[in-house]
Amino acid sequence: MRIEEQTGTVVGGLPAEPEKATLEGKNKIVGFWLFLAAESTLFATEMGAYVALKGSHLNGPPSQELFQLPMVALSTLILLVSSLTSVLGVMSMHTGDARKMLTWFGLTVLLGAAFLGLETYEFMEYVHEGHTLTGSAFASSFYLLLGTHGAHVLFGVLWILGLVIQGAKKGITVHTAPKFYLASLYWHFIDVVWIFIFTVVYLMGMI
Amino acid sequence: MRENWLWSWITTVDHKRIGILYLIGGGFFFAVAGLEALLIRIQLMFPDNSFIVGDTFNQLFTMHGTTMLFLVALPILFGFMNFVVPLQIGARDVAFPFLNNLGFWLYISGGLLLNLSWLFGGAPDAGWTNYATLALNDYSPGPGVNYYVLGLQIAGLGTLMSAINFITTIVNMRAPGMSYLRLPMFTWTTFVTSALIMFAFPPLTAGLFMMMFDRIFGANFFTTTGGGNVTVWQHIFWIFGHPEVYILILPAFGVFSDVISTFSRKRLFGYHSMVFAVVLIGFLGFMVWLHHMFTVGLGPVANSIFAISTMAIAVPTGIKIFNWLFTMWGGRIRFTTAMLYAAGFIVSFVMGGVTGVMLGVVPADLQFHDTYFVVAHFHYVIIGGTVFGIMTGFYYWWPKMFGTVLNEKLGKWNFWLFFFGFHLTFFPQHFLGLNGMPRRVYTFEANKGLETGNLVSTIGTFLMTIALLILLYNVAKSIRKGEPASGDPWDGRSLEWAVSSPPPAYNFAQTPRVRGLDAWWLEKVQGDGKLKPAEPLGPIHMPSPSYLPFIMAVGFFISGFGFVFHSWQVGALGLVVVFVTMYIRSFEEDHGFHIQPDELKPQGVES
Ligand code: HEM
Ligand SMILES: [Cu+2]
Repeated sequence: MRIEEQTGTVVGGLPAEPEKATLEGKNKIVGFWLFLAAESTLFATEMGAYVALKGSHLNGPPSQELFQLPMVALSTLILLVSSLTSVLGVMSMHTGDARKMLTWFGLTVLLGAAFLGLETYEFMEYVHEGHTLTGSAFASSFYLLLGTHGAHVLFGVLWILGLVIQGAKKGITVHTAPKFYLASLYWHFIDVVWIFIFTVVYLMGMI
Repeated sequence: MRENWLWSWITTVDHKRIGILYLIGGGFFFAVAGLEALLIRIQLMFPDNSFIVGDTFNQLFTMHGTTMLFLVALPILFGFMNFVVPLQIGARDVAFPFLNNLGFWLYISGGLLLNLSWLFGGAPDAGWTNYATLALNDYSPGPGVNYYVLGLQIAGLGTLMSAINFITTIVNMRAPGMSYLRLPMFTWTTFVTSALIMFAFPPLTAGLFMMMFDRIFGANFFTTTGGGNVTVWQHIFWIFGHPEVYILILPAFGVFSDVISTFSRKRLFGYHSMVFAVVLIGFLGFMVWLHHMFTVGLGPVANSIFAISTMAIAVPTGIKIFNWLFTMWGGRIRFTTAMLYAAGFIVSFVMGGVTGVMLGVVPADLQFHDTYFVVAHFHYVIIGGTVFGIMTGFYYWWPKMFGTVLNEKLGKWNFWLFFFGFHLTFFPQHFLGLNGMPRRVYTFEANKGLETGNLVSTIGTFLMTIALLILLYNVAKSIRKGEPASGDPWDGRSLEWAVSSPPPAYNFAQTPRVRGLDAWWLEKVQGDGKLKPAEPLGPIHMPSPSYLPFIMAVGFFISGFGFVFHSWQVGALGLVVVFVTMYIRSFEEDHGFHIQPDELKPQGVES
C-alpha cells in the first residue's frame, strides 16, 4: 500500500493538501512567504516615514479633524470578513469541492472591490477638505502608505478574479491549488497590514 | 539558424545560461563605468584642470558609482550564483526558472534606462546616495534624477526576485544528504546575501517611490517648504545602503573561502565559525547604518551606540581573515591566478577594514567625512574585496562555464598590473583626504600638497585599465582557441567539479547523494571518484523557455521612460503591458518537457 493510502490523506484522487503535492507547489509557498517578508519591510518603511512626517500638516487639516472613523471601521470589517471567506475557500479546496471554493473566492473578490470603493470615496472626501498629495508632508506620506495598500488590494482583486476564471475551467489540480493557496496567503497579508494601518494611522491619528 | 540562436538566449530559463548573461551584462556596464572613472581621474590628474568640469563632472561621478554598485558588482556576483549554486547543492535547476529570466531582463531594462540618460536629457547628478534637497527639482532640474529613481526601481525589482529565488532554491532543492552544515561557503554566503537583499531592498523601493513622487508628482516628503524632512531620505537610504555593502562583500567572501581551500588542498579551517561569522555579519549589517550620518547631528548617544555596533563588525570579519590564513597555513598552495587574487584580497581588504574602524570613531569621522579618505576606504573594501572576489571567481569558474582554461601567463600579468594599479590609485587618496581634499569636487588648487597624490592616483588608474584589457584579450583568446578543460581542472572540492565542463543542461543525470562536507573531494579520497546517485536513472523534467519575461521587462522599460518625462499615460501603458503579460502567464498551460534517459550524456569525472 502506498503511504498516502495508508494514512488516508487522499481525497477524491487529489492529495489532501494539493498545494504542497509537487516540488513546484512547495517552492511557490516558500518563495511567497519570503516575498511577504520583503513586503512587510516595504510597508514598515512607509509606515515609519508616515510616523515621522504626520505632524507636518501645514495649513491642511490635521488627522484628528480629517478622519471619519465610522467609515474606516466599516472598511476594516469588510476586509476582515473577506479574509474569512478566503479561508473558507481554502478549506473547500482541501475537501476537493471546486464549486464551493470558487464561490468563496468570488465573494472575497466582491468584498475586496467594496473596500476599494469605500476607500476611493473616502479619499475624494479628503481631497475636498484640502488634503491632497501635494498639500503637505503629512498628506504625501498618508497617500503613499494608503495608496500602496490600496494598490495591493486592487492587485489582489484582479488576481483572484483571474484565478476564479481559471478554476472554473480547470478545477482543483496540483497546479491550480498552489495558486489559490498563495492568493489567500496574500489576502491575509493585506488584511494584517490593514490592521496596522488602522491602528497606527487612524486610531492613533484620533488622539 | 541565427535568429533562433539569439531567441534561445532571450527566452532561456537555464540557470547556467542566465548566469552567463549576467556576466555579459555586468561586463558591458563595467566597461561603461570604467570609462567614466577614467574621465574623472583625467580631470583630477592636474591642479586647476578644465577637461570636464561643472555639472558634467557631477553626472560622471554619480553614474560611475551608481553603475558600479548596482549594475556591475551585484549582477556579476549574481552571474556566479546562478551558475554555481544549483551545481554546488546538487540541484538540477533553481526554484523559479521563469522568474530567474525575468529578474535578468529587469536588470537590463533598468540599467539601460539609467544609461539612456546620457542621450536624453542628461544623467543624474546628485551622487549615488542621491541626497534629498540636492536631488529635488530645485537643485537638479531636468530629468536626470528621474532616471536614477526609475532605473534603480526596475533593476531593484529584479534583484529582489533573484534573492527570493536563491533562498528558495537553497531551502528546498538541496540533494539528499546536503545538510545546511555541508553547504559550500559560496552557497552559504549566497544564502545570507539573499536574506540581506530581502530586507534591504524594500526600504530602497519605498525611498525611491518617495523621491519619485516628490520629483514627478509634486509630493512633499523631502521638500522642507512643504513640511518634508531630508533626514528621512538619509535614514531610508542608509538602512538600505549599509547592508548593500555587505551584500557586495559576503559573496566575495564565499568565493575566497572556496578558492583558498581548493588551492591550499585543505578543507576550510574553522568551517563552522565561518558560517557563524557570515550570519553574524549579515545581522550586524542592519545595525550600523547611522555611521554614515555621524555628521548629521543626531546626538552623542545615537552616535556612540552606532560607533560601537560598527566596530563590532570587525570581530566576525577578523575571524574570517584568520580562518583563511590558517587554511593556507601548512597547505600545499598552488599560486594560480585565482589564488593570487585571493591572497591579494587579504592584504588589500585588511587595510580597508582598518580605515573603516577609523571612520567608525565619531570624532575622527567628523574630520574624514566627505573627504578623499572615505573614497579611499570604500574603494579598498569594494575593489580590494568585491572586485578581487569577482576576478577570483572569474578565473576559478571560467573553465566550468565555458569549457576552456584561461591562459595563466596572461592571468598573472593581469593580476600584478591590477594589484599594483589598484594600490597606486587608492593608497595616496588616504593622504589626499587627510590633507583636506574633499570628495565630489572637480578640481583642486596648486601648491596645497595635493598634486603628487592626484597624479600618482591617475597613473594607477591607467595601470588598472591595461590590466583589464589584458583580461579581455585573455578571454577572447580562450574563446577562440583555449585549452579544453576537464570537468575538474583544479582538483576541486565541491559538487560543481563533479560534472563535465560546461555541464549538461540538466546538471546531474542522477541527483547525487551527499556524504559530507566537501562532497566531491570526499568521493575522490574515500570513494571511487564517482558521485553516488540518490535516484535511479529516469526521465528528467525541464522547464520550457518563455518570451514573456522579456515582454514584461519591455513593459517596465516603457513605463519607466514615460514617468521620467512626466507622462503618466505612457507610464500606465507600460504597466498595462506588464499586467496583461502576467495574466497570460497565469493562464498558460505549460508544464515543461522531459529528457529521456537514452538522451543523457554519460556522466563521469572526466567529460
Ligand atoms: C570593518 C568593517 C567596516 C567599517 C568599520 C566601516 C565603516 C565605515 C564608515 C564609518 C563609513 C562612513 C564614512 C563617512 O562617510 O564619513 C563608511 C563608508 C563606506 N563604506 Fe565602510 N566600513 C567597513 C566595511 C565596508 C565594506 C566591507 C564595504 C563594502 C564592501 C564598505 C563600503 C563603504 C562605502 C561604499 C562607504 C561610502 C558611502 C558613501 O558615502 O558613499 N565598508 N564605512
Ligand atoms: Cu556603512
